[in-house]
Amino acid sequence: MRRIPRLVTPAQQERFHRPGQIVAAVGGLLLTVTPFLPWAFDSAALDDMTVYGYPSPLQLMALLLGVVMLALLAVGEWLRPGRRVRIAWNRGAKAAGTGALVFVAVILAAVALELGGLVNVTPGGWLALLGALAAFVGTRLIVGGPPPAVERAKVPGWAGILVIAAVMAVVLFGSAYALNQDDGGTFVAFLSFLGAVIAVLFRTGGMGLITVIARAHRKVLILSAFVVAFLFPFTQNGSDANMSIATQVLIFAATAMGLNIVVGLAGLLDLGYIAFLGAGAFTAAILSSSAFSTVSWHPPFIVVVLVSGTVAATLGLIIGTPTLRVSGDYLAIVTLAFGEIFRISMNNLDGTNGPNLTHGTNGIPGIPDLEILGFNFGDTHTVFGITLGRFSNYFFLLLFVVAVIILIFVRLNNSRIGRGWVAIREDEKAAEAMGVNVFGLKIFAFACGAFLAGVAGSVKAHADISVTPDQYVFLESAFLLAAIVLGGMGTVLGVLVGATLLKLMPEKLRFVSDYRLLIFGLLLVLMMRFRPEGLVPNERRQLEFHEEDTELAARIEEELEETGAMKEATR
Amino acid sequence: MTATTVEEPILVAENVTMRFGGLTAVDSVDLRVERGQIMGLIGPNGAGKTTFFNCLTGLYVPTSGRVRFDSAVLPPKPRKVVQAGMARTFQNIRLFGNMTAMENVMVGRYCRTSAGALTSVIRGPKFRREEQQTRDRAVELLGFVGLGNVVEHLARNLSYGDQRRLEIARALATDPKLVLLDEPTAGMNPQETRQAEELIFKIRDLGLAVVVIEHDMRFIFSLCDRVLCLVQGRVLIEGTPEEVQSDPRVIEAYIGTGPQDGPALEAELDEGGPGA
Repeated sequence: MRRIPRLVTPAQQERFHRPGQIVAAVGGLLLTVTPFLPWAFDSAALDDMTVYGYPSPLQLMALLLGVVMLALLAVGEWLRPGRRVRIAWNRGAKAAGTGALVFVAVILAAVALELGGLVNVTPGGWLALLGALAAFVGTRLIVGGPPPAVERAKVPGWAGILVIAAVMAVVLFGSAYALNQDDGGTFVAFLSFLGAVIAVLFRTGGMGLITVIARAHRKVLILSAFVVAFLFPFTQNGSDANMSIATQVLIFAATAMGLNIVVGLAGLLDLGYIAFLGAGAFTAAILSSSAFSTVSWHPPFIVVVLVSGTVAATLGLIIGTPTLRVSGDYLAIVTLAFGEIFRISMNNLDGTNGPNLTHGTNGIPGIPDLEILGFNFGDTHTVFGITLGRFSNYFFLLLFVVAVIILIFVRLNNSRIGRGWVAIREDEKAAEAMGVNVFGLKIFAFACGAFLAGVAGSVKAHADISVTPDQYVFLESAFLLAAIVLGGMGTVLGVLVGATLLKLMPEKLRFVSDYRLLIFGLLLVLMMRFRPEGLVPNERRQLEFHEEDTELAARIEEELEETGAMKEATR
Repeated sequence: MTATTVEEPILVAENVTMRFGGLTAVDSVDLRVERGQIMGLIGPNGAGKTTFFNCLTGLYVPTSGRVRFDSAVLPPKPRKVVQAGMARTFQNIRLFGNMTAMENVMVGRYCRTSAGALTSVIRGPKFRREEQQTRDRAVELLGFVGLGNVVEHLARNLSYGDQRRLEIARALATDPKLVLLDEPTAGMNPQETRQAEELIFKIRDLGLAVVVIEHDMRFIFSLCDRVLCLVQGRVLIEGTPEEVQSDPRVIEAYIGTGPQDGPALEAELDEGGPGA
C-alpha cells in the first residue's frame, strides 16, 4: 500500500493543494448526488440501478464514499493535526478518492459486461464516473500531510466498546450481505467497496486506532467476534445454500489454522496437509453408521473425533519421523508425495486392489447426521421465529471446533513450545545449540497439526454426507497454503481472513470459474510483490519485510523513547 | 581459585582429534579448564579453533579423544551438552533475528524449563509460575549484559556489539557452568571491546568458567588466566599469558618469518602485554 508510485510530486501538491481540494469536493458532491439517478438502463444489471430517487445498495455505497470523502476533506481543512495523536484526514481522502474511482469503474464495467456494452450505462452512471474521476484527480493534488500516529491515543472504555460493537455489526451485516449476493458483478463491486473502506481506515490511522482499542479490550473483542459468528446463521433466514458455504469456510479455516502451526510457527513446509483432513474424514466415515461403512464398530461421535485425530496424528508421526530430519525443499517434496500417496491409497482400498475399507473412488456415501446428546444435526430448528437448517447446526459445531483450535494455537504460540518453534524456524542449528529439542518439537508440530486436521475432518465427513478420495487432491493443500500466505503466516486473524476469501470467492465468482486458478495465481504474485507479510501481518513479519519503512521504525522508536521517558519521570 | 584446585577441572579434553577425510583439523589437543578460570584460545586462521569448539559442544563428534565435563563424559549432542551446562556463542552471530531480544533470551531458558503442551494450553499453575520465572530471568540477564533498554527490539535490528552481547545473554540463560565464546569482539570498536572485556570478567565473577577464542592479542592477554595456542590443529603452547606471549614460536606462527612484516607486528604483540 505504501509503494503506490507518486503521480504528483510533493512540490506540485503544495502548489495545487487548494484547486485539488475544490476538484475533489466537486467529485465528492457528484458521488453523493448521482446515486439518486439511475445508472443502468436495465434492472437486470447488478442490483437494479434503474430507479430515480431511490438508490440501490451499491449506489448507497457510492453515496457513502462520497460523504466520507467530503467529510475527510472538510476535517482535513479545518482541523490542525495534533502532535501526540494524529489522524491523517487528507491521506484518508486520497484513499477514498482512489477507492471511489475503482468502485465506480467496477460497477460500470459490470453493467457493461452483464448487459452487453457500455451503451447500457445511463448518463447518471457516467456522471458518477465523472465524480469519481474528479475525486481521484483532486485528491492526488492535495497535500497528504504527516502519517497518522494513534498508538498513544487514549480511548475511553465505553467508546472503545462502542467501536468494537460497531465494527462487529458491520462485519456481521457485511458478510451476510456478501453471502446473499448471487450476482458476480455485485459481489466484486462490494469487494472493491470493502477495499476502499479498509484503505481509508488504514490511511487515516483508523485501523491503528481500532488496533489500539482491540488491544485494550481483548476479551470483549474475542467474545464479540464469537457472538457475531454465532449470530450469523440468524441472518440467513434458514437458507441452507449460504449456510453450506459458511460451513465449508469454517472447515477450511479450521484446517488452515492447523496448518498454520506447522508452516507459520515451526516453519515446516507441508504440501500434503490435506491428507490429514482426509484421514480424519475417512476415519469418521468408516466409524459412522453409514450403510457403506466397512467396520462394525460405531462408537459415539466424541470417541470418533478422538480416534480421527489420533489416526491423522499417527500418520503424521509415520511420515514425519523419517522425513523431518531433512528440511526445507526436501520436506516439501516428501509431503507432496505423501499427499498423493494418501489419495491413491484411498482409491485402492476398494476390495479389488486391497482390503475393502473405503469403496475406492466411490468413497463412503450416506453418512448419517450427527446426534449428540439427543440433538440431531439433521433437524431444522426454529429459534425466535428464525429457521435454522441442517447446515446451521454444523456451523455452530464447527464454530466450537475453530474456537478450540484457535485457543490451542494461541496458547502454544505464547509458550515455551511456541518460542522453540519460532527459534527453529529462524535458525535450526542455533536453536539446537541453545538446548532446544529441535527434532522433538518438529515432530510435535507435525503431529499436533495433523491431529487438529483430523478433528476437523471428522466433522467434515458428517457435514458433507459423503467422503471420496478425490476431495483430497494436491490443489486443496495448495489452497490451504495460499490461505495462510495470503492472510499472514503465523497469525490467527490473517489466516481466518485468508481462508474466508479463498473459500468464498470461488463460490461467488462462478462466472469466472474457468479463470479461477489464473486469478488466484495473479493475486498471489501481486501479494508477494506488494505485501509479502500477508493481509493481516503480525508485527514481527511486518518489520521483517518492510525494514526500509522508516515511518514505522521511527514511530516505534519514538514510542519506546516516550515510554522510557515516562518511566524515568515516574521514578 | 586455590580452593577449587582440589576439585576436578570443569572441562578436561584429552587427545581430541577431528579428521575430515584426509584433513586433520584438530590433532590430539588437550585442554583443561578450571572452575572460574578464563581460558584463551588463540591461533592463526584455520588453526582449528572453531572446529575444536564444535567438538566440545557436540556439533561434531570427534574422530577420537574424550571430553569430560563436570566429572562426566559429554554426550555428543548439542542439546545434551547445553543441558550438562556448557553454552556457546557463534563466530558469525546466529541470533533468532525475527524474535525480540527478550524472546531470544527466553529461548535460552528452554532447556531449564519443562512446561509441556497440555499445561501450556490449559495455562496450569505450573505454566504460569515457570513463564514468570523465565521472563524475570530474561530481564535480569538482559540487564546483566547491558541490554536493558532494547528488550523489545528485534534481534536483527540491534547494533553489532549489542547482537554479540545478546548472544552472550542467550548463552547465560541456559544456566551454564562454562561459556564458550567464539570471537566475542570480532568487528567491535575499541570501546565495545573494553565493554566486552568487563562483561567477561563479570561472568567469571559469577563463578563461571570461560573459554574465549580471539584474535585480538591485547584483549586476550589482559583477559585470560591461561592461554592455549593452536597451530595447524596442534597445541603449540599452553601457559600463562606471559609465557605464551614471550614464546618465539607463537610470534612466528602468527606473523611468519618474513623479514619485511616481522618487526611491526612483533611490536604489536609486545605492546599487548598485561602491563600495557
